[in-house]
Amino acid sequence: METATPIFVRNEMLGPKEPPTSQRGVVKWFRENLFSTPLNSILTVIGVAFVYLVLKTVVPWVWNGVWTASSLSECRQIIAETLGPDSHAACWAMIAERWKQFIYGFYPMDSYWRPTLAFALMFVALAPVLYFGIRHINVRMVGAVGVLLMIALWGLGTDGAHIGLALVLMAALTAVAWVAPKKLVWLTLLYPAIGFFLLWGGSVWGPVGALLGFVILAFVWLGLQRQVGVVVAGGIALITAAVWWLSVQTHVTGALHAAMPIGLPPVRSDQFGGFLLAFVIGVTAIAASLPIGILLALGRRSDMFLIKTMSVGFIEFVRGVPLITMLFVASLLLQYFLPPQTNFDLILRVIILVTLFSAAYIAEVIRGGLAALPRGQYEAADALGLDYWQAQRLIIMPQALKISIPGIVSSFIGLFKDTTLVALVGLADPLQGITKIARADINWKGIYWEPYLFVGLIFFACCFSMSRYSMYLERKLKRDHR
Amino acid sequence: MAYVADAPKETFRLSMLIYDTRYRSITIQVIVLILALLFVGWLADNTIKNLAAKDKDINFSFLWNRAGYDIGQQLIPYTNDSTHSRAAVVGLLNTLVVAFFGCIFATILGVFAGVLRLSNNWVVSRIMTVYVETFRNVPLLLWIILSFTILSEVTSPPNAFRLTDEMIASGQEPAASMLFNDSVAITNRGTDIPWPLLERPMGGAEFAGVPINFAVVISLLLLAASVYVARRNSQRARKTQEETGERPVVWWQNLLVVVLPVAAFLAWRGFHLEYPELKGFNFRGGLSIAHSFTALLIALSLYTGAFIAEAVRAGILAISKGQTEAAYALGIRPGRTMRLVVLPQALRVIIPPLISQYLNLTKNTTLGMAISYLDLKGTLGGITLNQTGRELECMMLMMGIYLILSLIISSVMNAFNAAVKLKER
Repeated sequence: METATPIFVRNEMLGPKEPPTSQRGVVKWFRENLFSTPLNSILTVIGVAFVYLVLKTVVPWVWNGVWTASSLSECRQIIAETLGPDSHAACWAMIAERWKQFIYGFYPMDSYWRPTLAFALMFVALAPVLYFGIRHINVRMVGAVGVLLMIALWGLGTDGAHIGLALVLMAALTAVAWVAPKKLVWLTLLYPAIGFFLLWGGSVWGPVGALLGFVILAFVWLGLQRQVGVVVAGGIALITAAVWWLSVQTHVTGALHAAMPIGLPPVRSDQFGGFLLAFVIGVTAIAASLPIGILLALGRRSDMFLIKTMSVGFIEFVRGVPLITMLFVASLLLQYFLPPQTNFDLILRVIILVTLFSAAYIAEVIRGGLAALPRGQYEAADALGLDYWQAQRLIIMPQALKISIPGIVSSFIGLFKDTTLVALVGLADPLQGITKIARADINWKGIYWEPYLFVGLIFFACCFSMSRYSMYLERKLKRDHR
Repeated sequence: MAYVADAPKETFRLSMLIYDTRYRSITIQVIVLILALLFVGWLADNTIKNLAAKDKDINFSFLWNRAGYDIGQQLIPYTNDSTHSRAAVVGLLNTLVVAFFGCIFATILGVFAGVLRLSNNWVVSRIMTVYVETFRNVPLLLWIILSFTILSEVTSPPNAFRLTDEMIASGQEPAASMLFNDSVAITNRGTDIPWPLLERPMGGAEFAGVPINFAVVISLLLLAASVYVARRNSQRARKTQEETGERPVVWWQNLLVVVLPVAAFLAWRGFHLEYPELKGFNFRGGLSIAHSFTALLIALSLYTGAFIAEAVRAGILAISKGQTEAAYALGIRPGRTMRLVVLPQALRVIIPPLISQYLNLTKNTTLGMAISYLDLKGTLGGITLNQTGRELECMMLMMGIYLILSLIISSVMNAFNAAVKLKER
């Protein structure tokens, strides 16, 4: 029997065909994202035209800017000569001439290495906190900070001895970050004293004495908390430390200074200004307001009536008044509330009030985080037999803080931006204080875009990186899969 | 055999105040109370000592003394012969007017930017992202100062608007010209806009120092009455619709009812706009708005608008995608889906952050100080304070007023929130 053999049998499958040109690649993207409907097409055209017009004005203005001139009129003359009579361009020469004042205010020029080093050390101190002692990130960060610090110090014309000192220090810190990344936390704990000493100068024994007070506080607290509970032990430790700070410390540090006078030339607070001032106020207030905010949030949710009432009263009062009034309280009213003849630094007073202000906002953010935790978490902690503070430390706070990260960081960003307000009580912040001085200079009268752009750009860089970091942290700490 | 009926009764020992959790909280509260009282007492004692040392007392009678300074923008009549308290009220009204318009503009801007940031259109959403990030990450003070500087340094002086005979003869144009068909003039002194006036004004009366214009009162009453009638008309239409299934067309009736009576009244009194005109060295007529007000309003609206945009975006993203898909499945178009399905639900998520943005905006009006806008901070907490030297009284009064203002705004907004919130059970 004859079997019919088919003439053609396809042995292999046909490869998939490419989608039609209108459904792939750039064309598809354009159709979906730019021209999906007539209205969208119109919006796209308007948007592109708008961007084009803005860029057409701004880019040449920035690009053709003049970098070397001694006054605005000279600047304009150079622009008129090179680009034609009616053209506009930026006059960056003003920034080139004044940038040190924008950054350091009236800080003594030969001591510029001190705030620069303090700024660099701040990042090293932050590294273990920000990246949880992950070795490779820490080493990279400390190393990069070290290299940038060297470049900055060299650019500022610092003398060799100080550059050498900074080089040795940064090399040692990089080594620590490599060998034992977790040990960098000690620098974090010591940083307030180091930063204070570098910025304000004076005898080294003052900050050391203040640190000793904290050591006493920690020892007393650790010794007593098993016996009398966290709160009572905290109270007793605080009283002991206060006795040390208020009455013993000055004698001890005075004697030590007489024996070993080590220190840096002191710098008065009114010489602080520019971004140095913004960072000093911002960073201190940020670091101090988080613990106070946590305590206030816990106080607000406490079962103890009195504590709750006081926390609510404080938070609502602070949130109800503008920051400026708080700053004016610092500059005008604090002198009434303190014992006669106490007169301490305006910067310190402002820092205290800004810290309290920001603590109230952070307390509300954290309260939101606490409220978002399911009731079961509290009950589980109770069932495990944990006491209040253990439950807070091990179960509640890690979760509540994680939920409130975006809110906390946006409070920090707000706080950092609000440091510009200190100009209104007479401090030389970069925006009002320094820019006003620069614009009052007869050479630069009538300049406005350039200084504000410069200051705004630095603020933008700081705040934007903070918000990006908070996104990183959110992603990193995310445990659920929503 | 003896049974122990109860656990042995524990006698109260002093150490239980610390070790027993039942009593510990009382101990702590008592200690805190004592410490707080001591602290307050210490502050009060210091204040009394300091006041005595400076030979001062706490006395609010300065509020009824002559203020002696001028305020550029005044919503109620004020001269430098008025009292400090009246200056404070003028300042408070200036705060409120900026806050009011700022909230409106910021909301409009924020809702647009927030919705457009989620648009499918790549270009538009990118532009909105740039707007939001730029304004959120740069201090408000910079925007205020920058807009004020630009307004007052870029614009031309009034005499640049002048058209002299020689210029007409030689065919020259003046260096600057008015906007919008010669009705708005932006000079380096301020913005001059047209202002409505009546040819036959109706007079007015003064009530508690506040002048009341009868024409305005009558117009408002007429408007309220017409709106009431229009709402009744709409209700009737809805009733007809429910009964017969057909809705009578009433929108033009409502429009006529609302517009006609007020328009007729105003026409009867000779309503017209007074345009600003260049007379002498400055513009006269119309309403002159100081640049400090305009700059503060622009900066506050743009800045707060960026924050509101973020709140709106978060609110919209919080509504599940299923809602949009369900609306599309019903054949509702994207624009109407947003308006009828997504936004009403998102509103519940948006309102709480919106409240805090309104509060922030109101508090941020104090930054007007940097450009000499005389709000409450500028009058009571600024010039009055400096002139009288009564820091304690002025600051206490001012903080109290801001506190009350914040409480009022948050309670009004909370009531609104309760009204639109999802009613469950």
